[in-house]
Amino acid sequence: MRSLRWKIAGHGLALVATVLLGGFLSATLVRLAPGFDVDERELDPHLNAQSVQALRDARHQDGNVFKFYFSYMNRAAHGDLGTSLALGQPVRTLLRDRAPLTLRLLTMGLGLAWLLTLTLALSAAWLRLSVYDTMTTVVSGTFLCLPAAVLALLSVLWNVPGSLAIALIVFPHTYRYARNLVVKAYSRPHIITARAKGLGEARILFWHVLPVVTPQLLAVAGVSVSLAAGAAIPVEALCGLAGIGQLAWQAALARDLPLLVNITILVTLVTLLANSGADVIGHVVRGQKA
Amino acid sequence: MSFWRKLACVVLALVLGASVTASWLAPAGYAKQYREATNAPPSRTHWLGTDEIGRDRFARVLYGTRISLLLAPAAALLTTLMAALIGGLAGYLGGAWARMAMAVTDLFLSLPWLFLLITARALMPLNVSPLVSVLVTFLLLGLLGWTAAARVLCTTAGALRTSDFVRQARAAGLPGRRLFWVHVVPNLKPVLYAQFWISIPVFILSEANLGILGLGVAEPMPSWGSLLKELEGLVSVGEEPWKFVPLILLVVVVTSFQLLLSKQEEVAG
Repeated sequence: MRSLRWKIAGHGLALVATVLLGGFLSATLVRLAPGFDVDERELDPHLNAQSVQALRDARHQDGNVFKFYFSYMNRAAHGDLGTSLALGQPVRTLLRDRAPLTLRLLTMGLGLAWLLTLTLALSAAWLRLSVYDTMTTVVSGTFLCLPAAVLALLSVLWNVPGSLAIALIVFPHTYRYARNLVVKAYSRPHIITARAKGLGEARILFWHVLPVVTPQLLAVAGVSVSLAAGAAIPVEALCGLAGIGQLAWQAALARDLPLLVNITILVTLVTLLANSGADVIGHVVRGQKA
Repeated sequence: MSFWRKLACVVLALVLGASVTASWLAPAGYAKQYREATNAPPSRTHWLGTDEIGRDRFARVLYGTRISLLLAPAAALLTTLMAALIGGLAGYLGGAWARMAMAVTDLFLSLPWLFLLITARALMPLNVSPLVSVLVTFLLLGLLGWTAAARVLCTTAGALRTSDFVRQARAAGLPGRRLFWVHVVPNLKPVLYAQFWISIPVFILSEANLGILGLGVAEPMPSWGSLLKELEGLVSVGEEPWKFVPLILLVVVVTSFQLLLSKQEEVAG
């Protein structure tokens, strides 16, 4: 129980460190961005000298580096992530509008990838046919050698959904680990004995194999979230899906650094949360088994 | 050496040989335009046809292969050196240094690779000369790819630090610096070699992804990424199958690397 608390505290600390580091980086890029020290409102002929001076005074406050960082972090903590340089819209609005599509795409992609992974890994362990094993290894190996962007382009050509492209990008990575874990678990002496004694496959799977491989599979599942998030960029950009991945790509092409850094922090937080969650659940499962 | 590994070696040697001798094999330079034959299908003059502005596709494939195949190992070398320096030193020093290095690498590793790459690429100017864009792309890959390797090296160096022969050497009064360079680094070599070879296909694929997204090597310089960008304009797979040659070549080369790497991956842990 105590080690679990330490684990959760460690992950919490990593999340806080990421937010602080990301905020610092983001604020630095905002400061370095072209036009930081210029306010076009000063050119408005309707403003009198006092108003222009007030604008200058307000901007002078940002001249102090520490004050600037504090006020930036304070604004970020209250949900104000700044404005996109290229799109001229608040970053928060852009993220809020595009997040649901990406979330849906990633959930479906990951679901499909894991369905494919577990089906192929378990069937390889059950069938124990070298031809089948070689065939699945060749298929996953081929997908591993294809750039994610090519798979995205092919999904457009063949008119298949983007989630399938994400699944095919993630699947070869997860299959490699899952297959090795499952095959190794099935070759354990007590499972071979159980099989020889005629124990049903379902009982062997749920009582003897899954408890052994679940913690490691959970760790791979955590990593697969990061893989899927990375795959979202080419898939959304090339399939014309208006999600966070496409936004990141557009921001990179337009060198919209504040937007790009905010997206990167958001994605990092999601992947950190997924990894931490997988780690904590794996710890609990291992504890129950012990 | 198994049959498949031998075959992989032969394939890689052939592809590398063809790309290095591109100036003799190719009918023209990668930027030469045949304006009377734009978007031409394969013929005796242009074995793989021409692109939309009339450049010979076969020449571009050869020169693009040269760039990707020569610069990916250079980036892998940079990554390996950085990983050896950061991971190896942190593991050898141990304690707070190792913990700090691991915390930084964990943070880097939690960033999705492509997000990190495009963010870093966007920090650099995009409207640079083609040669600079090649250098920037592969330099970025080299500078950002060290984290996973550093983690492995930190663990290996940490195990060496507490090994009997290092303890004995330390007890005999050998200075720390000499101990590191003479006894620790040579024992890290197998892991360093493995990390170097593992990084090459990763960087080839990363460059291809960046190229297709328009963030890689700038025109008119060819690379596998910029050549694969042509697939974007296809309406169906069977329409112009010769446009898939760069993709087939890339898959063959990366597969060859994967076949050669199966042993190296075991060493790298």
